[in-house]
Amino acid sequence: MQVVQDVVCTFCGSVCDDGEFDVEKKKVKKFCRLGSSKFSEKERIKAPMVDGKEVSYETAIEKAAEILANAKRPLLYGWASTANEAIRLGVILAEKLGGVYDQCASVCHAPGTLAVIEEGLPGATLGSIKNRADVVIFWGANPAEAHPRHGLRYSISAKGLLVKDRKQRKVVVVDVRPTKTAKMADLFVQIKPGYDYAVISALRAIISGNADVLPSEVGGVPKEKLIELAELMKSARYGAILYGLGVTQSRGRDRNIENAIKLIQLLNRTNRWVIWPMRGHYNVVGAGEVPAWEAGYQYAIDFSRGYPRFSPAEFSAVEVLKRKDCDAALIVASDPAAHFPAVAVKHLKQIPVIQIDPFPNMTTLLAKVVIPSAVYGIEAEGTAYRMDGIPLRLKKILETNYWTDEKILEELLKRVEKLKG
Amino acid sequence: MLWIKNGIVVDPKNKIKAEKMDIFVKNGKIVSEKEVKKEECKVIDASGKLVVAGGVDMHAHIAGSKINTGRTMRPEEMRVVRNIAGKFRATVGRVLLTAPAIGYEYAKMGYTTSFEAAQPPVGALHTHEELDAIPMIDKGALPVFGNWHLVFKCIEEKNIEKLKALIAWAIERTKGFGVKVVNPGGVEAWMYGGNVKSLDDQVPGFNVTPREIITMLIKANEELGLPHSVHLHCNNLGVPGNFQTTIESIKLAKGFSNSKRQVLHVTHVQFNAYAGSSWRDAASGAAEIAKVVNSMDNVTIDMGQPIFGHATAMTGDAPFQFTLHKLTGARWSNKDTEVETGAGIVPLVYLPNNPVHALQWAIGLELGLLVDSNKVALTTDYPNGGPFTEYPYVMAMLMSKKMREGELSRVNAYVQKATGLASIDVEKTLYEVIHMTRSLPARILGLENKGHLGIGADADIAIYNLNPLETDTSRDFEKVYKAFKVAEYTIKAGEIISKNGEIVNEVFGRTFWVDARKKADIEAVMKDVKDYFQYYSVQLGNYGVEERWIRKPERLEVV
Repeated sequence: MQVVQDVVCTFCGSVCDDGEFDVEKKKVKKFCRLGSSKFSEKERIKAPMVDGKEVSYETAIEKAAEILANAKRPLLYGWASTANEAIRLGVILAEKLGGVYDQCASVCHAPGTLAVIEEGLPGATLGSIKNRADVVIFWGANPAEAHPRHGLRYSISAKGLLVKDRKQRKVVVVDVRPTKTAKMADLFVQIKPGYDYAVISALRAIISGNADVLPSEVGGVPKEKLIELAELMKSARYGAILYGLGVTQSRGRDRNIENAIKLIQLLNRTNRWVIWPMRGHYNVVGAGEVPAWEAGYQYAIDFSRGYPRFSPAEFSAVEVLKRKDCDAALIVASDPAAHFPAVAVKHLKQIPVIQIDPFPNMTTLLAKVVIPSAVYGIEAEGTAYRMDGIPLRLKKILETNYWTDEKILEELLKRVEKLKG
Repeated sequence: MLWIKNGIVVDPKNKIKAEKMDIFVKNGKIVSEKEVKKEECKVIDASGKLVVAGGVDMHAHIAGSKINTGRTMRPEEMRVVRNIAGKFRATVGRVLLTAPAIGYEYAKMGYTTSFEAAQPPVGALHTHEELDAIPMIDKGALPVFGNWHLVFKCIEEKNIEKLKALIAWAIERTKGFGVKVVNPGGVEAWMYGGNVKSLDDQVPGFNVTPREIITMLIKANEELGLPHSVHLHCNNLGVPGNFQTTIESIKLAKGFSNSKRQVLHVTHVQFNAYAGSSWRDAASGAAEIAKVVNSMDNVTIDMGQPIFGHATAMTGDAPFQFTLHKLTGARWSNKDTEVETGAGIVPLVYLPNNPVHALQWAIGLELGLLVDSNKVALTTDYPNGGPFTEYPYVMAMLMSKKMREGELSRVNAYVQKATGLASIDVEKTLYEVIHMTRSLPARILGLENKGHLGIGADADIAIYNLNPLETDTSRDFEKVYKAFKVAEYTIKAGEIISKNGEIVNEVFGRTFWVDARKKADIEAVMKDVKDYFQYYSVQLGNYGVEERWIRKPERLEVV
């Protein structure tokens, strides 16, 4: 029985790297339900297709190259569930085409990136949090369901150097409803939806010694409870705020994060605190880091002038589609047809769409060219960045006839270069 | 094959001081005349032009999570467009540059090698991905050791064999080049909100001091015989009065020797050369440091010269970065990294009218002028002191008192009383400045085939529109500056890559890494490594970088 050790999971942003894969049974041990399902056999796109007809990889890529090279401003979107090697080619392809590069963060954690532009990112790796954090606050995040092993490996019950076990760590959940994670917390603070900003401001006021200006209740939280939370934060030796979409996609968005970072700046004057987003897809960090070094920005990048321009309100995929400002789309490792607003999907239906993905999804149904690919971490090797930016090498465990995203994009780029001259 | 004809060659390593001679290139190397068939050579007429080795930047932050977080945090830096996509890549960036821009801008200036100066070991794969994305130049990276719990443990036990094993193991795993030390012990103290203030402060949680960390790492580095020495970013960076700590740290090299190179390189010394007790009475400590460096034959430094204008402070010195954030109120990024290290990033602008900035600017120049040219390399600690694209400004300033007088008249007068810059008459020669930017940094790094034009050297060559026999570098500083800004030809491994500031050929250079595993018993430390990995968030089996993941790795084996 052959078992591959230290298998790296390619599902969520926790990117657990301690899996054990039984090659005969094709089953993985140690991973959570979500990770295990990724590593078990699933329905695949059988072969490359053009207009629903099965064709060879070469034919499909040729057709895709034609569509892209003839487009005035193609949209290249997705990228959060593929490897850095493929993402890099995607950025270069967007540059060659004068198109738009955007990635899943623009409908997810991008407000956090905007906050970084305003205030920076005082953070830490997950290993630092596991070793040192005696207070962990999950804000608008529910790892028990979205990142099932996060608590065990890095945050809630992780055994670290200074914080040896769950008993030595205080866990706080701030959310609009009692989540599964809230049940595991020492303190649950339920706030009214849309009141994150106000609650963070209240904490800043208390910690800077201005508790007297607060009303008796902020965002549905009694003043006494806010003071209790602030005291806990002040008493931490090393604290961490880990925030989720509850903060980035509710009222205030990037301003919520900005305010939270200011709170962290304030706390660091007396004790150590860090803040970090709970990123979703396994390589959504790579989907932002790679374009940052290749083109200077993380997402919503337009190359129509021959150089990169960044403007989230104009060049994020939903905005481009809403404005009907793209005439073709390449969708890699994503499913915008299922997740984008109807008005954006409407335009997607009207333009030629090329999809590169191992698995069929809603976008497959509207794609003119469908190119199936190997699954990174199982059938293909490559690099991904965990939610905290730690790079991990994804393994190839099983042989496959599917091409990798990297190989498909390499061929596509070559053909586009030929067509563009 | 290339034949560079009639150029005026300055090649300090080979003691060639402005001689008219021909250079021949074959298979990416400098060869003798008889090795080439002249009729098959591409001929470059370099009559009346300066021919030197390609520049070597021994300390810059060009790849990895720090500069990339800097880019993310500062989109305003990316609004300067340098190249439109076409035959070559689109490149953007003011001081912070994209990876393609870094390669192109070095090449335009005649630089062909640059080393990333601080790589968190656990993030090595990211650093190498970015190095791989930088075209044109050869490169390498220095992993950081000064705050790593495993290093502390070896030092606590005073177990030199274990420490050697750890270093050899770690630089192989990270595909690193040498031993970088950033604020030894201070970054660990920052995990508790503190810092260390002297060489004898105890590091919290460990029975070690910065003095012991530095000394033991030098000893281990020398016993391993690595190409490069310990590369030290001193304690107390950015603190008035810190020049004394710097001098004490430099003196730790006493008792060690190496026939080929220094045993300790102290980096961006400008940031560690302040006298005084606060920013109100801060002054230059450059002269005292220069005296000590000049009196020792086993220590080198680099300048860390600030350039007026925008910069971004990014170092592994996380507590300093927080201090800077509090001081300026600017954006602040921080990254506490496993049980290894930390880092911070803060935007910065150096203003001529600001007394502190003018002081820093003057101190950098004082160090460049007062330290023996055989011991001080030219750097801006990119992007901490500013862009590397302004190296020609620093070169010209070192060679011209007249230029310095002009510049002094436009900066805050505080420098007149707080530094001795105005009274320094030294004017470095062209030969010395070529040494400080080529042969010296190559020697400091331990790259034998870089920084010179002798037979067997890598054919990395820059040709400048400057006739050293007819140029008065003291008077013609504007001409000197302009000539060094844009090389007429930049040749990398025998190929012309840039011509008069235009990229003509995109190439990808090699990544050097050092394999010293034969010089240590790796097993001596593996039990501790395995034990410490319980405090990591990745598996030991997933730690590190394989050679085949790197575009063009070049292993230098130490035997």
